Amino acid sequence: MTPFTTLTAVAAPLLRDNVDTDAIIPSREMKSTARTGLAEGLFAAWRYRSPDSRAPDPGFVLNQPDFAAAQILVGGANFGCGSSREHAVWALAEYGFRAVIAPGFAPIFFGNCIRNGIVPVVLSPDAVTQIAEAAPGPVTVDLRALRVSLADGTGWDFALEAEARTMLLEGVDAIDLTLKQHALISAFHDRDRMARPWIYLDEAAR
Amino acid sequence: MSRPRTLFDKIWDAHVIAPLDAGSALVAIDRVFLHERTGAAALNSLAAAGRPILDPARVFCVMDHIVDTRPGRDDRTLMPGGQAFITETRAAARAAGITLFDVTDADQGITHVISPELGVVLPGCTLVAPDSHTCTQGAFGALAWGIGTSEAEHAMATGTLRIARPRTMRVAFTGALSPGVTPKDMILALIARHGAGSGKGHAIEFTGSAVTALDMEARMTLCNMATEFSAMTGMIAPDARTFDWLRGRRYAPAGRAFDAAVAAWRTLASDPGAVFDAYIAIDAATIEPMVSWGTSPEHSAPISGTVPEAAPDRALAYMDLRPGQPLLGLAIDAAFIGSCTNGRLSDLRRAAALLQGRRIAPGLRALCVPGSSAVKRAAEAEGLDRIFLDAGFEWRESGCSMCFYAGGESFAPGSRVISSTNRNFEGRQGPGIRTHIASPETVAASALAGHIADPRAVTQ
Repeated sequence: MTPFTTLTAVAAPLLRDNVDTDAIIPSREMKSTARTGLAEGLFAAWRYRSPDSRAPDPGFVLNQPDFAAAQILVGGANFGCGSSREHAVWALAEYGFRAVIAPGFAPIFFGNCIRNGIVPVVLSPDAVTQIAEAAPGPVTVDLRALRVSLADGTGWDFALEAEARTMLLEGVDAIDLTLKQHALISAFHDRDRMARPWIYLDEAAR
Repeated sequence: MSRPRTLFDKIWDAHVIAPLDAGSALVAIDRVFLHERTGAAALNSLAAAGRPILDPARVFCVMDHIVDTRPGRDDRTLMPGGQAFITETRAAARAAGITLFDVTDADQGITHVISPELGVVLPGCTLVAPDSHTCTQGAFGALAWGIGTSEAEHAMATGTLRIARPRTMRVAFTGALSPGVTPKDMILALIARHGAGSGKGHAIEFTGSAVTALDMEARMTLCNMATEFSAMTGMIAPDARTFDWLRGRRYAPAGRAFDAAVAAWRTLASDPGAVFDAYIAIDAATIEPMVSWGTSPEHSAPISGTVPEAAPDRALAYMDLRPGQPLLGLAIDAAFIGSCTNGRLSDLRRAAALLQGRRIAPGLRALCVPGSSAVKRAAEAEGLDRIFLDAGFEWRESGCSMCFYAGGESFAPGSRVISSTNRNFEGRQGPGIRTHIASPETVAASALAGHIADPRAVTQ
């Protein structure tokens, strides 16, 4: 996973509330069991004029020349709600997004962002509106300082769990990190097997 | 004396292996359930990294999302390229040595229907699946929630997840439901009154007399849509009804082990005086049958109501509605009964009770898709299939079906659909499809009338 420290980039405003993962990557755009090949389907229902054609809808923000190089997405409330599909985040990442700024995120989507190097930034609705209004001017997301700022110096602090921040900053693989705690996990299971034998479905416990 | 704890606190405390940075913890995961839409991606990725599954006996996989539901199905799907998801997930599941419920197996069905049926979910356990409606299983007093594919890999490889501790919320439904009002209406009323984002960051415990009065299947419907409230999960403290339901299920403990488990499960209730981070109370008697009018579950209203004056333009345009328009009488083109929300035997029974001896409106398309193969067999054993067929419904094999659109089967373009499913997003059931979510009773009554209709008005 690519580490994230700070990024200055164009932010594309998509100020709709309840943007769901079906909208981000429609189920029909998940064409193989791979995690790649998804960028073309990103926002397909909005980005293209019809589901069967790939003719761009010029009214959609990502089709506008000002936002061709956008790496930050600015969304509305409850961003990423709906299906748990991680494909939504894979599609955003493959397209080139490294951060999403919104007044709030659905929890599964938020977790998926952390695990794929995309910074989910929660800011107040006012701040989000100001950032959207400043588009396509550059926006800086500084993960070390936990601060988002505009070119004119206006800025806002944001919060992120320390664990999530560390994972994004260092680009660590969470599985590797956890496997180092094998001894603790093993000791837990030894205790737990006595307390809750019914949880263990292997032969020895049946 | 120790501090009074919530149901959530007790399950959390029993599963924390190690605290991590501020507020996060390494938490033991007891059950992982996969499905064919993302199962191959997770299993293949683990295998490619050379990471074995820590305890394959606690990992289950089913084919539910994109399987064909037409009678006589096999691996072929109506979704272009869909068959590869099935065959690749099957191969990966077999190679990994996990338990697989295959397309034509007797145990096949939607994850959140078969996991309880088979006793995979148990009170006090942690259960995760790459499916946002995993919170359904919180109805058993389990901590069950939806995750992404990477987290599924993490859970399988390590038997744990690294997660932030959620806040707790108690949602109390006091009093009693009026006749003809269902748990689907309870959860839609909650989301409509408080907003789709209001559960964010919370593990919800549903309490109150109107909740404890619900049977297990009704409790599952209530917990199912906690994710539509943006909550991590919804849960209900287990009680005698929960234990009775689980007794004898295949993966539940048996004999004396069951009794020992029940003794432990009885402690899984919030202590008197336990403090939650947030509280919501709703008088159940104030809830009417609900129906959605817009493109988020929060866009729902009592069925006797109207499209709100303050409705967002975008939702109105998509749904082709105008403010002030009554919901009753809105003409529909199709009706769908099924899904992990409302595809269980009791749902089918209640819908069939309205349909018995009647015919759906001419020109309307109506489908019933049982939530599991076991539900289908049970329904057929009591003749429900005949009632649906005689009324003009299609009767299908079990699966997620047209709860969502995967590029294959859908309704006619632009159709207005009344649906017992959980989501009414733009395009959720197909391009341009206008979905109104409601209880199975409301779907059945509306199918008979050809327009949105109040089930309480159908003479039983």
